[in-house]
Amino acid sequence: MPPKRWPFSLFLPRFPVISPDADLLLEIVDLHARVEDQPILKGVNLTIRAGEIHAVMGRNGSGKSTLSKVLAGHPSYTVTAGSVRYRGQDLLELDPEQRARIGLFLGFQYPIEIPGVSNLEFLRVATNARRSELAKEDLDPFAFEDLVRERLEVVQMNPSFLERSVNEGFSGGEKKRNEILQMALLEPVVAILDETDSGLDIDALRIVAGGVNQLATADNATLLITHYQRLLDVITPDYVHVMAAGRILRTGGKELALELEERGYDWVDQELAVLEVA
Amino acid sequence: MVSASTSTTSSAQPMAANAWITEFLERLPAPSGDLEAVQWRGREALARQPLPSRRNEDWRFTDLGSLKALDPALLAQVEATEGTDPAAIPIADSADALPAPAAGTMRLRLDGRHDPLAGQTLPAGLTRLSGEELQQALGHTLARCGCEQHWPVEFNQASASHCLALRVSGSVAETLELVATASGESALLPIRVLLLLEEKASLKVLQVQLGSGSSLSSLVVEMHLGREAEVQHGLLAFGEGEACLLAHLAVEQEIESRFHSVVASRGWALARFEPRITQVEGAAHTDLKAIQVAQDHQLVDGHSRVEFLGPDGSLEQLHKAIVDGHGHSVFDGAVSVPRRAQRTNANQMSRNLLLSDQARIDTKPELEIVADDVRCTHGATVSRLQHDQLFYLQSRGIDAATASRLLKRGFCQEVLVDLPAAAASWQPLQRLLAEV
Repeated sequence: MPPKRWPFSLFLPRFPVISPDADLLLEIVDLHARVEDQPILKGVNLTIRAGEIHAVMGRNGSGKSTLSKVLAGHPSYTVTAGSVRYRGQDLLELDPEQRARIGLFLGFQYPIEIPGVSNLEFLRVATNARRSELAKEDLDPFAFEDLVRERLEVVQMNPSFLERSVNEGFSGGEKKRNEILQMALLEPVVAILDETDSGLDIDALRIVAGGVNQLATADNATLLITHYQRLLDVITPDYVHVMAAGRILRTGGKELALELEERGYDWVDQELAVLEVA
Repeated sequence: MVSASTSTTSSAQPMAANAWITEFLERLPAPSGDLEAVQWRGREALARQPLPSRRNEDWRFTDLGSLKALDPALLAQVEATEGTDPAAIPIADSADALPAPAAGTMRLRLDGRHDPLAGQTLPAGLTRLSGEELQQALGHTLARCGCEQHWPVEFNQASASHCLALRVSGSVAETLELVATASGESALLPIRVLLLLEEKASLKVLQVQLGSGSSLSSLVVEMHLGREAEVQHGLLAFGEGEACLLAHLAVEQEIESRFHSVVASRGWALARFEPRITQVEGAAHTDLKAIQVAQDHQLVDGHSRVEFLGPDGSLEQLHKAIVDGHGHSVFDGAVSVPRRAQRTNANQMSRNLLLSDQARIDTKPELEIVADDVRCTHGATVSRLQHDQLFYLQSRGIDAATASRLLKRGFCQEVLVDLPAAAASWQPLQRLLAEV
């Protein structure tokens, strides 16, 4: 059985590991995208380096979730301009499964239910797909079960969830924990978590956030998409970005999230109006 | 009127329905044995109603071309292999041996001609009906379910010369596995089964119907469930080539009985399934699950009817289909809840995967409700593989082909999970998805 890689206890705050010299993992430049005929992203710029945690905040409809889906390769969205490079590679020319295999992970806001497909089989097929990219041998069902039972501890999930169909009949909190379990198995380089805190009570939020903290290392990065400060109370971001009308309007440190919590988003509208006049 | 169709008779001339059935009846061997009276009755009925017409609502979507393409003269030679050891009959879909029976399974090979019980010791709780009991009981459930005059039933009665008839007492520990394999050119395999479950009896029964070549399998099963009796029934029906299957299941349920059925079907040029369930006084429970796969130019045709003749009955029905190529799937599911069936709880759902632009699905879940204090739901969906499910799997590194396969497996598993455990050795999921 592989040794545990998680050095921190569940709720210990993460130590900042950011460095301007760290590897460039994701570089988004002037990204434009639309769904059907509706432009959503209108020039997103964002750079993410190894060891960093970024939070993207903004109102409903600001383009946060669209950004996450475009990065993961959702077929409903069309990129109309701009570029995304992942470790120097053009991400946008890759299929969704290729993006996942090289280390991009999207934690879904609404994880999909797949009746009849056992969670255990799904997790094993996905893990082996990632392992083949890393030139690691496939895990047979027995070896995989050992691994998955160990990783279950990250999100304090009951092993009985492995026998059930993927996300079927799971509560909101269980679905989100299942997302973090997948993250723990796939060991992504860049994890994008789309409103992972939505629909969680405070205990489930702490478990999910604790899992994210455990999985954050100096070699990977996390992009949190959230409405609320409460997630950022337990996962400390290095950068906070405010999104509006399909672009990142302002970037700051964790204090920006506190400012949003205090002042709301009205000032964002004012800044946006000034920008649009200009 | 049924139009003429191409026949494989030696004259190679189109044969009208009347001529087809007339030739079949003329060539059948003379009625004899335990079922002599039944054979006479079936033949007289067929002479009156040659073949179902698409003007009949129950047959509106059913193209009988595959059936009429079979040679009636050859079909009628049901006694041709008299004397053949059933164990030596070729296996329909593979040159390999049948899988070994699962532990705790009593396997009987049915060939429609020989006594499958010859030389067998039945498990505790199963006894053969006497000739007199058979005469009394045969057809009772068909009549109770209102289907004794249905064409597939009359066709079976006209040709079947043997019936496996068993009484079930107490809880039978072993699973009864009935295996029938049809193969060859225009070969007819008529199978008739009658199971009488006494009060509080329970039985697991797995039927396996395999067909190949241009064979025709005709199956009629009657089950009577006494009070508090329980049956877990599975039917694995796998065909190939031009093989056709007509399967009719009539079940009569008394109070507090429980009937669970799972049907899995793939590969027949034409397959028609007709489960007919009657809860004679209500207050029983019925579970019907089915998954049918059609591709190429195959037609799979499901017609169920569940009738509640008393209060407090319940039904859970899930009918699924996967249709690809030029395949055609039909589901016509009727649930009858007359005034005396108050407090009935019936749920019926038809879910269909349409995988090609040329494939066709006709689905008609139907509730006939007269009682006013009931809880009945029904619904139907027809869709492609769900894009959001595909994307979810792909976003985890699973390629599109594997993701599609996982989704199709999942679609089938929701039904197959309730098969009797003995079904596992037949690899039903792999056969359904042509993975073996």
